[in-house]
Amino acid sequence: MQDMPENAFKEEAYELLSELEDSLLELEDNPEDAELVGKVFRAMHTIKGSGAMFGFSSIAEFTHEVETVYDLVRNKKILVDKILIELSLKARDHILSLLNCQKEDEQQAVQNGLTLVSQFKALANSVVPSSEKINTHQESNSPHPKDQQSELITYRIRFKPNRDILHNGTNLSQLLDELAAMGTSRVIAHRSNLVALDELLPEDCYMSWDIILSTDQGEDAIRDVFIFVEDDCELTIRTVSTGGEDDNFEQKRLGDILIERGDISQEVIDTVLAKSKRIGEMLVEANLVSQSDIESALIEQQEVRKVVEKRKQERSDKTPAVSSLRVPVQRLDELVNLVGEMVTVQSRLSQTAALSGEVELQAIAEEVERLTEELRDTTLNIRMLPIGSTFNKFKRLVRDIASDLHKEVDFQTVGAETELDKTVIEQLNDPLVHIIRNSMDHGIEMPDVREAAGKPRAGTVYLSAEPAGDSVIIEIRDDGKGLNAEVLREKAISKGIISADDTLSDNECYQLIFAAGFSTAEKVSGLSGRGVGMDVVKRAIDGLRGTISLESNLGVGTTLKLRIPLTLAIIESLLVKIGNNSFVLPLSVVEECIELTRADIEEVHGRCLVNVRGHLIPYIPLRQTFAIEGELPAIQQVVIAQVNGQKLGFVVDNVIGEHQTVIKTLGPLYRDVNTVSGGTILGDGSIALIIDLMQLMKQAALEETSK
Amino acid sequence: MSTDEDKSNQYLTFLINGEIFGIATNRVLEVLDYTEITPVPQSADFMRGVINLRGSIVPVVDMHLKFDLPPSERTVNSCIIIISIKLDGEATSLGAMADSVREVIDLLPEHIEEAPRMGTKLNSKFISGMGKYNEEFIILLDIDKIFSQEQSLVNGEQVDQ
Repeated sequence: MQDMPENAFKEEAYELLSELEDSLLELEDNPEDAELVGKVFRAMHTIKGSGAMFGFSSIAEFTHEVETVYDLVRNKKILVDKILIELSLKARDHILSLLNCQKEDEQQAVQNGLTLVSQFKALANSVVPSSEKINTHQESNSPHPKDQQSELITYRIRFKPNRDILHNGTNLSQLLDELAAMGTSRVIAHRSNLVALDELLPEDCYMSWDIILSTDQGEDAIRDVFIFVEDDCELTIRTVSTGGEDDNFEQKRLGDILIERGDISQEVIDTVLAKSKRIGEMLVEANLVSQSDIESALIEQQEVRKVVEKRKQERSDKTPAVSSLRVPVQRLDELVNLVGEMVTVQSRLSQTAALSGEVELQAIAEEVERLTEELRDTTLNIRMLPIGSTFNKFKRLVRDIASDLHKEVDFQTVGAETELDKTVIEQLNDPLVHIIRNSMDHGIEMPDVREAAGKPRAGTVYLSAEPAGDSVIIEIRDDGKGLNAEVLREKAISKGIISADDTLSDNECYQLIFAAGFSTAEKVSGLSGRGVGMDVVKRAIDGLRGTISLESNLGVGTTLKLRIPLTLAIIESLLVKIGNNSFVLPLSVVEECIELTRADIEEVHGRCLVNVRGHLIPYIPLRQTFAIEGELPAIQQVVIAQVNGQKLGFVVDNVIGEHQTVIKTLGPLYRDVNTVSGGTILGDGSIALIIDLMQLMKQAALEETSK
Repeated sequence: MSTDEDKSNQYLTFLINGEIFGIATNRVLEVLDYTEITPVPQSADFMRGVINLRGSIVPVVDMHLKFDLPPSERTVNSCIIIISIKLDGEATSLGAMADSVREVIDLLPEHIEEAPRMGTKLNSKFISGMGKYNEEFIILLDIDKIFSQEQSLVNGEQVDQ
């Protein structure tokens, strides 16, 4: 087992890598976007930094090369192109593999990355003169953690060299360059001490400089620059206040700055101000300060303004990170369980209160009911995640598959912000991958074929999610060749899934692709076509208590619609009774409840059909199906539900009403019972079983055909 | 036979159809009085249903039917022994209906004999041993095997390897 901090690093790295992938793909579309480049750079930088900190040196080393390139991209020395993106995506995968590999395989994994390293190095070398490259290298590998403080600080450096400073060969411009490399710097030269040309000694220095430097490095770093000339000059380094975190910081006026710098006193300013001209001009006119002093102060003012602005922007970038909190999923699950118990106890309380007839108690029970409901919604909401994270993964998938298949595919997503329970999203991933692969492999045609058919060369795969009550509808649409009902039919006959004299509507033929062992691809490709795709999808969606439907138009395209319940933990349901047994049906599919009298049954000669406003709807008598003994009541109830696009009735003794159902499994011993998907504990402590209407319908259909 | 659980020398004994059975106590979670059991439709006969055990749903097995004996009759002594089992590597708990619970006894390994291959009416695969205590024979059950396999428990149909 690994140490905790390492796991924390890995967790963070996974997140960063997925962000990185998103940014790269976005960058591919908007290569000019400096912000995206910055994002990529920052992700690389963080991975490198924390990787080194937690002993993932191979990751740190590899990432460093990538980071170097992106630093150049950031400085517009390398342009973003397809090759770079391709390379970066590969690099991202490589980092992932380094992250996942065991210690003993690490060497091998590092070897695998060597080609990438050399490619990145080549990119970096192609633009950078060698000296600069060494610089960046040193900077990022610097042994002192000098960039501890990431906040930008503005320094005012007054550098007044002695006149003889040049005598020992000091190169002043190099000093200034060195400062410039530390951040953004503005240099103002003071020439006031210059003497007339005939008096000037060429080996003497008559100038002094003010340098306004905004850097994330400390004062010591600045002093280091001057380390060899310290004794030959007057050097003052002051921090210029940029107001810290305080947004209301009032920017200093020029006069204040001059006073603070000791160039002028408050009184002088005041007298001059009385003349009410622009302060800078007035001061110069009054010969109180030199023009260059003013310039220097003005520049400082500008610089401070910039830093404040930049900081504001950074802060707004940071805010979302601060306002969220990372919590282990396990704790959330515990919370959801507790809320589940709470809901159960609350319904018991309400029941007891109602029976007691005590008004006060009933009021309390009502209050508790309201609170519990809110608590439940809030808790379930915590587990809700936008489905967009999954969508983004698919962008990469589509890109890779398209290039494998030599097809051109435009991938569009809508509704990435739609929220679903975390576990549901996780379990949706594989089915969606299958569906998208299928769409691209079987649906979208080759570019030439498309062109011949009068379609654009690039096919479109469209993925959308939208909330619909207690479910989310996910639609995957392609504009490919669509399904051919005739081909499907023949295939199903040859596979023995249907018999030759079965008559199926086109729509029924389409549903055949969900049958186990059905595959229409002539060739088995690496992507799909092994005939395990769609039935696996169907089973996974069933497992989420969702439904799947399919529409197709030959030559126009195929649309798959998934309806997925928002959460797996608690559902709204309808509580019914058969004899002494309680059952719940998911309320989302229930349409209405009607009475069924003995006369109604006789009217249709005992067939399981019920007349609902002129339409005959088949029903399943649950008492018989579940073999529950006892007298049938004179009037039974039929719950009409919409299952798989078909109306079906379920006959019960009594309909009790709506119920908040906290779903609990019956455990592995009841694995083989399909028609009951779980149980829930009612207010009085008894158990109600959750009926899986879809399975029940399937079972009834099977019995029908075997008759 | 080498798991930690088997190191315990304590056994809970109970009666099913007049015979004494034993389960290692570290697998027994608790013993409940008989309560109302909610039947689950379309399940095997020996699966009597589910009970609410302080907010969890726990399945209950009728040991009579599981052992192909005549169905158990409910008496004041009927009880449900909640045990933890491993099913395909997954830990889960279930209730076993017994006619009555007797006591917790200490059985040293030297008092446990290998399960006889014949004569117990039960498949010897599900018996971890025969304990001898106070001149009585106690059938010690290997509960993981009983529930993990979908096979007949009656001796003779299953050939022992």
